[in-house]
Amino acid sequence: MTPPPIHLRDLTCTHERHPAVHHLSGCFAPGSLTAIVGPNGAGKTTLLATLAGLHAQFDGTIDRGGLRPAEIGLLPQASTLDRGFPIACADVVAAGAWGRFGAFRAWRQADAAAAALARVGLRGFERRPIGSLSAGQFQRVLFARLIVQDAPVLLLDEPTTGVDARTADDLLAIMREWHAQGRTVIAVLHDLDLVARAFPETLLLARAPIAWGRTATVLTAENRLRARLVAEAWPTHAEPCAVAA
Amino acid sequence: MMRELFYDPFAMGFMRRALAGCVALSLAAPPLGVVLVLRRMSMTSDSLQHGILPGIAVGAMLGGLSVWAMALGGFVAGLAVALLAGWLARATNGREDSQFAGLYLVALAAGVAIVAATRSIDLTHLLFGSVLAVDDSALLLIAAVASIAIAGLAIIWRPLVMESFDPFFLRAVGGRGGVWHLAFMALVVLCVVGGFAALGTLMSIGLMMLPAVAARHWSTELPGQVRAAVLMALIASLAGLLASYHADIPAGPAVILAAGTLWAASHLAGRRESVLSRMRRPHLHA
Repeated sequence: MTPPPIHLRDLTCTHERHPAVHHLSGCFAPGSLTAIVGPNGAGKTTLLATLAGLHAQFDGTIDRGGLRPAEIGLLPQASTLDRGFPIACADVVAAGAWGRFGAFRAWRQADAAAAALARVGLRGFERRPIGSLSAGQFQRVLFARLIVQDAPVLLLDEPTTGVDARTADDLLAIMREWHAQGRTVIAVLHDLDLVARAFPETLLLARAPIAWGRTATVLTAENRLRARLVAEAWPTHAEPCAVAA
Repeated sequence: MMRELFYDPFAMGFMRRALAGCVALSLAAPPLGVVLVLRRMSMTSDSLQHGILPGIAVGAMLGGLSVWAMALGGFVAGLAVALLAGWLARATNGREDSQFAGLYLVALAAGVAIVAATRSIDLTHLLFGSVLAVDDSALLLIAAVASIAIAGLAIIWRPLVMESFDPFFLRAVGGRGGVWHLAFMALVVLCVVGGFAALGTLMSIGLMMLPAVAARHWSTELPGQVRAAVLMALIASLAGLLASYHADIPAGPAVILAAGTLWAASHLAGRRESVLSRMRRPHLHA
């Protein structure tokens, strides 16, 4: 599986004209395993949403190399979903096949869903309502949906937030498996030890890119301090950006 | 005795028509209600009830008291309110319920003004209808609306459920969330309008929402909740009509009160999350 590279050229993603990601250029190489780190409010989630085609307010260009939307798998932050929704695990997981079957064609995904649930350590959970799951189990279900989706590019927003060490290890093993299969994996993370241990590439973002490259050269004390100095709030009356597009 | 209680009332033609209308509505409306509850839009049906008023008034003004003219007017007005609210919310990043609140107030005021100016229709009749005066034309309207609503919901079911649970995922895989939402709202409007002429808007919304709200006490999965809601709506229709016949109370409110009774019973003795289910059994080993 060889996904195309994803090129960003002078990308600025905005909310109400305020930049959440500011003048970012670079490339997610095919098959790369990249961590996006940075303080809260640094634009990490906005960047993922823009890459996934969910955030339309941006300047600059994103070249996805012709990937269809369904070929980009997105793991949303678990907190954005309604965990009380009356739906069984297998139905959530089977929805990963949407890109292949669409809204109306019959899908027989029971076997694929059961296999994906087994892969994430939830064998036999097919008919359990998601409301009965722990936070870690719910995150495993969302990973199983990505397994069924089988996308060459994966965007993961805080995959290990709010889960215990064992679950984090299991999920990391799945991310590494995706990496080994040649998929491009991009994950927003706050656990810098995990990043240093398992992610070859890192993008350190603080609205503006601080550094992007080999993890060891990015996560220096100096870079981390620079990232931390970015104010969380933006000024209400900001001037138009002077950097030429 | 049983014959007097259950059979004799339906020897009357008007009771049979009323039952047929209620059954059609009981099959079509509750599934829509279940989805409305899941989308946190329970009050939307109530807004629509007011929102369709100006359309019904204009329909009555232009087409006389023809059920079809009023229904068409109501459908256009309700659809305008629903689409405008959905569009305003999405285009300006606002909350849909607040847009609904604003629009239905304007629509209600416009409707009352039109009704007062033209004396075209009796407002009480609009809200409460007269179930026992369902004529062929009204029955046909209800049947048509129910058929479209059931078929339409079946068609958009999969994307609609996915959009309700995880709208970002659906958009991310290219599933166009807004289209399904608007199609769903059109079906809700259709159902609210379809019930109004004979049954009154209170009744069509009551059969849509009360069983839907009660359904979560009976199943942890969506299909089970839909089945439970439809079953409760059917029971409420039958019980309400019988109570209305024997106790001589208006049929519309009787059906809604029956549905309300089932709702209360679900709270008390439903299979899950009810008072009874919480107290009766010892906890499990694991």
